[in-house]
Amino acid sequence: MTDIASNGVKSTMQGSSQASDHSEGMNYLQSIPKRVVSLYIPLGIIVTVLLFPFYWMALTAIKPDDQLLDMDKVSPFWTTAPTLKHISKLLFESNYPLWLWNTMFVAVVATVLSIIASVLAAYAIVRLRYKGAQWVGGAIFLAYLVPPSILFIPLATVVFQYGLFNTPYALILTYPTILIPFSTWLLMGYFKTIPYELEECALIDGASRWQILIQIVLPLAVPGLISAFIFCFTLCWNEFIYALTFLQSVDKKTVPVAIVNEFVDGDIYRWGSLMAGALLGSLPLVILYAFFVEHYVSAMTGAVKE
Amino acid sequence: MTDFALGRTSAKAPPRESTAWDRLMVNRNWLGFWFMVPAAGFLIFFLAYPLGLGVWMSFTDTRIGRAGVFIGLENYQWLADDSIFWLSVFNTILYTTVASIIKFAVGLYLAILLNEHLPFKAIIRAAVLIPFIVPTVLSALAFWWIFDSQFSIISWSLKQMGLIDHNIDFLGNANNARATVIFANIWRGIPFVAITLLAGLQTVSPSLYEAATIDGANRWQMFRSITLPLLTPIIAVVMTFSVLFTFTDFQLIWAMTRGGPVNATHLMATLSYQRAIISGFLGEGAAISTAMIPFLLAAIMVSWFGLQRRKWQQGEAND
Repeated sequence: MTDIASNGVKSTMQGSSQASDHSEGMNYLQSIPKRVVSLYIPLGIIVTVLLFPFYWMALTAIKPDDQLLDMDKVSPFWTTAPTLKHISKLLFESNYPLWLWNTMFVAVVATVLSIIASVLAAYAIVRLRYKGAQWVGGAIFLAYLVPPSILFIPLATVVFQYGLFNTPYALILTYPTILIPFSTWLLMGYFKTIPYELEECALIDGASRWQILIQIVLPLAVPGLISAFIFCFTLCWNEFIYALTFLQSVDKKTVPVAIVNEFVDGDIYRWGSLMAGALLGSLPLVILYAFFVEHYVSAMTGAVKE
Repeated sequence: MTDFALGRTSAKAPPRESTAWDRLMVNRNWLGFWFMVPAAGFLIFFLAYPLGLGVWMSFTDTRIGRAGVFIGLENYQWLADDSIFWLSVFNTILYTTVASIIKFAVGLYLAILLNEHLPFKAIIRAAVLIPFIVPTVLSALAFWWIFDSQFSIISWSLKQMGLIDHNIDFLGNANNARATVIFANIWRGIPFVAITLLAGLQTVSPSLYEAATIDGANRWQMFRSITLPLLTPIIAVVMTFSVLFTFTDFQLIWAMTRGGPVNATHLMATLSYQRAIISGFLGEGAAISTAMIPFLLAAIMVSWFGLQRRKWQQGEAND
């Protein structure tokens, strides 16, 4: 029963993402040279511009210092003597592994907390439909629109009052304010697609609301949970202003803050290690993204479509 | 007959009185309340309360390490005479307007291109989203290096082509620096706009285009009369988000210029950070943040009207 339903939910979702090539039927109306000019060339330019900074980041991270600064001997667009010096310096002679660990710890804990809170809230809003549930749903959407950059000043004093300043808990407790509105909104959309009849059957069989949530709704909402999880994780990893404001000591910082504050000095040879740091800080997210592209896209568009 | 019926009811155990505890655990409203507690707790303590506190702080002279006293509108009066504040307002509006318009135009164009039948479509679409995935600060650092005053690859390439004879000072000159950070913001925002609009484009039925082709419509007419009207609701939502996040941008500026040169790229968010956290005038910083709220409300109103229009199109309400 559960399997059939989950397959149904999955296949409708895949169906919507694969029903894409609408123009296929009319392609014969365009000649190949025209397609090259109107499609491939503009697309090529845009994609190149979008990806060039990453190529440059990666190239700088493996270039030896002399080639970084002398652009006339070897063409700057590639390198003749790739070196792992910058990366090994980063990993073995700096606090970088510690910063990576801090970021990972904060991101995972904040994401898990937010997902638990969001699952409960989304289920209550969509399926319990208590008095005023619609208003609460609207309020959560509004909370999504409150940006961190108008909250960080009062939050800094709140964090200080609660004695959380300069601890990872300052971030673990404040990140959910960014994540919960988003993931609640996303999960509400997923829960709505689960057939109500399944829950009614379970209610008649004597299941409690809690059992229904754990044993019926959550297994069916797994794609939504994955989407919410990786998107929240990315947002946490990306977050800058709270981490910049609430953390002070070098060993507590997260990767984005640490790179901006600790690596940016007057040294002319800093570029190699700076770019290596940026590259290594992005890689975990890019790898995660590579495995879950569809979930990312549905998380991004789902929040807008609802 | 009557006896028999009575006997049967008395044989069954009398139903248990429903206790207050039962009502707390089964009643729909109470259950809803329990389910909402964790999310509401986070949002009240770390979102709603700080939001109110921020507005209150903007009316006080709080500094770091010293609780403030109520001083009325003094912070705002002070800001009204502060040319740097007005410069930051100008920068913020310029940054938001220019970046949003270009993001929308290029994003829509890219979405339309990606909606065509393409080889390796999935890979291209995945590649387009990468700027959105990578932490903004880290890609901003890459841009900082690309736009370096001495070793910029762009200056180098233009020199090789013979178009310029000395390096462009991208981040040292006020207008160049503005253009550079706007470019970086556009670069970062295009994937979001393009991929969400692509999702909207995919819901447009191909039969509409076929019918239009039979009627002799050209590509521009099809875009103008089919694509654009059907996309309007999703455009409204996407652009609201885009405007909102561009307007309150902080990290890109902080990583690339920190508001320099000579405050030329200070946005309201970076200025409030500088005043509140670096200089320690929390009250004044809070006033700058609070001054952003009316703009945000305007953006939310636009989004709301966009959603209304969508309902109207779906026939949920009378026109």
